[in-house]
Amino acid sequence: MARNFNAGFLFSFLGCRGLENATGIITDLGFECVVVDLTKNYFELFELPVSCQVDQQQLSSQYRALQRAVHPDRFAGDGERQQRLSVQYASHVNEAFDTLKQPLKRAVYLLKIAGRDVDMERNTIMDPQFLMEQMALREALSDIRSHANPEQELEQLVDRVDRDLDTYLKQFEGFWEAGEELDLDQAETVVRKMQFMVKLAAELEQLESELLDG
Amino acid sequence: MALLQISEPGQAPEPHQYKRALGIDLGTTNSLVATVRSGVAETLPDIDGQHTLPSVVHYGEQGVEVGVPAKNSSLIDPENTIVSVKRMMGRGLEDVDSLGGVLPYRFVTAPQGQNEGMPFIKTRRGDVSPVEVSAEILCALVGRAKDTLGGELDGAVITVPAYFDDAQRQATKDAAKLAGLNVYRLLNEPTAAAVAYGLDQGGQGVIAVYDLGGGTFDISILRLEKGVFEVMATGGDTALGGDDFDRIVARWMLREAGVDESSINSLQLREAMVEACRVKETLTVEPEVEVGFGEWSGTLSREQFDELVDPLIDRTIRAFKRSLRDAGLKANEIDEVVMVGGSTRVPRVRERVEGFSGKQPLTSIDPDKVVAVGAALQANVLAGNKSAEDMLLLDVIPLSLGLETMGGLMEKVIHRNTTIPVSRAQEFTTYKDGQTAMAIHVFQGERELIRDNRSLARFELRGIPPMPAGGAKIRVTFQVDADGLLGVAAEELSTGVKSSIQVKPSYGLSDADISRMLKDSFEYAGDDKDLRALREQQVEADRVVEALAVALEKDGESLLSEGEYTALLADLESLKHCRQAGDAKSIASEIERIGRSSEEFAARRMNQGIRQALSGQKVDDLEEF
Repeated sequence: MARNFNAGFLFSFLGCRGLENATGIITDLGFECVVVDLTKNYFELFELPVSCQVDQQQLSSQYRALQRAVHPDRFAGDGERQQRLSVQYASHVNEAFDTLKQPLKRAVYLLKIAGRDVDMERNTIMDPQFLMEQMALREALSDIRSHANPEQELEQLVDRVDRDLDTYLKQFEGFWEAGEELDLDQAETVVRKMQFMVKLAAELEQLESELLDG
Repeated sequence: MALLQISEPGQAPEPHQYKRALGIDLGTTNSLVATVRSGVAETLPDIDGQHTLPSVVHYGEQGVEVGVPAKNSSLIDPENTIVSVKRMMGRGLEDVDSLGGVLPYRFVTAPQGQNEGMPFIKTRRGDVSPVEVSAEILCALVGRAKDTLGGELDGAVITVPAYFDDAQRQATKDAAKLAGLNVYRLLNEPTAAAVAYGLDQGGQGVIAVYDLGGGTFDISILRLEKGVFEVMATGGDTALGGDDFDRIVARWMLREAGVDESSINSLQLREAMVEACRVKETLTVEPEVEVGFGEWSGTLSREQFDELVDPLIDRTIRAFKRSLRDAGLKANEIDEVVMVGGSTRVPRVRERVEGFSGKQPLTSIDPDKVVAVGAALQANVLAGNKSAEDMLLLDVIPLSLGLETMGGLMEKVIHRNTTIPVSRAQEFTTYKDGQTAMAIHVFQGERELIRDNRSLARFELRGIPPMPAGGAKIRVTFQVDADGLLGVAAEELSTGVKSSIQVKPSYGLSDADISRMLKDSFEYAGDDKDLRALREQQVEADRVVEALAVALEKDGESLLSEGEYTALLADLESLKHCRQAGDAKSIASEIERIGRSSEEFAARRMNQGIRQALSGQKVDDLEEF
């Protein structure tokens, strides 16, 4: 009956950072976690097969059905405890949905089910060729602003990142389906590469909105 | 097996009794209250037949006035007349100072011992906080609703701009608490507008809600499918609205009249703003208008006006683009555009929105009333008057939430546009050898550096066992509820040392503030504090009794053993008895006890709900294909 908490794959690319000592006032207002009976894995919760490929349409419709059943709005007139329980359930369903929907999170989760906790905070790669590529991509990213046609340059870079991510996803699928220990090692490496690309994609998106906002 | 239940006369909780539920649009310029009567959602007028209540509060010699009489005082007594208070909600002194420097009020820091970041406004009836001013407006609306509906209210849905941050939402909820209102839910204004249109017309597809009100601009991209509204992205500007249109026209007028803006007093400024507002409204129907200020007079054509306001509209279109991008959509994928807010009556606004989206905007529901109407429909569902199976609103968090890490950097824990409620955890570690405490400083915003984001709260985790730097594992959990309000908990994993906080924004009210204000406030002046506490607990007890009775009736036999059933039935009777005989404290502890004893039952019901939801889903799918 343990709370199925999925902190493991909420990663920080830059790794652990300390928090400085400082003074302040401790306020304890009894924020506690209610024990949630959601011990099934996310695929089971959504009644989907454990797989790299997820039928997005079915995922969405199952998601809506689940939220209809557990969302706090269903319990607006009820006591505080019931509402808190419902917030826990609805949060869990949201987290599960988000994990199954996003390719990188799904891949990390699949590895977790296979007994491998990928510690994304200690992402130390690895392949020199990949690192060279990353450096080149990062250079291209930082040069975009000074480029004559930044929008076009940006678009090309976005396409490149999307293509790479697709490729990695296919690679991951192959390794994961093979399923032997050595394959899973490979799958883990691919996931780490995907993480770099996802981070880059987020930075590109940020740059895009800055460019558009002038 | 189930025993027949007989309640005491007079106070029987009728499970399916009709409840008076309100939808409240607490606007920057105007506020409205609506309810569903005989299946129709409608806004409620005052005794003079006026539906909109100007969101203006006047602290006069004779007493506090709200609405039209207060608005009339704004020219005569501007320093004691609070307009656009919504812009000050959940804001700090510096924020308020930066609101254009045109507010005629004298701000003071909170009195000693109260929340120090919060600005209070000096009036002749004492220093008042924005929360108290908003509560006056809510009280006026509630009074109107009680008169019209003839009885006690069960609760309300209050709308807020989708872009409101945690501090602003909390301030709104505090105002409702102060006004004695039970809030079912804070609902985003654009979502409310979509509810109004969606339910009326059975819409399906992608909807953009363009909401340009008096003081705030919101854009939301929603997806509607099978009765589920999903907010895909929201954006906007908490300091852009019709007031800015007025200001830009007023500036033009002063420039044309050769008057130096800095040399005029607050009375003249207000005059200029009133004239500018008239000019704007006239130009929605006329091609040009005569303008006068003091000795000066001239004309303004619609073309000139369009040119003046275009930069403001540009800002809205940029936010529109950004939200579409967040939703992963292109402009041509929008199926409908809903127009909300009085400023969308400006023809240039409609023109530009149509130009960008390629869709003729929907305007069939009065843009001033559409939000209140939607809120009333949702309130009706949440009150249990209408089956909740029919509708579900899924909202997202508008701004990212995170923590300060070394070097003043923002570490995001929950990213913006994440569907709520949500619970996320992140692990951190110590920075120095032997570090035994950690400051958890919570921020909201998108920027890299915390100093560019909004500080929400800070607290400390103490008692970490001394370890080498990087040795301790501290898990910080963020929990955001369906109203978008945040709770944060921190725990050291090796020892289980815990600390937690329900975030009270730096500019919000502490519970002590609220009880002081309740004591001070007009409505409860003659009221005994203990009596009020007792009433609150009795209401909560009624809620628990009703919910448990309904649950037992529905699922008791199928989900509980005979022993469990009997025990809960006994608990129910015991709470009913305590509610009648006990004091506030004993009722509260009885509620707490029954909460614990019925927890397992509640969890079983939730799990049953999940199973039923999915099996029902399969039947739907079969029917469809």
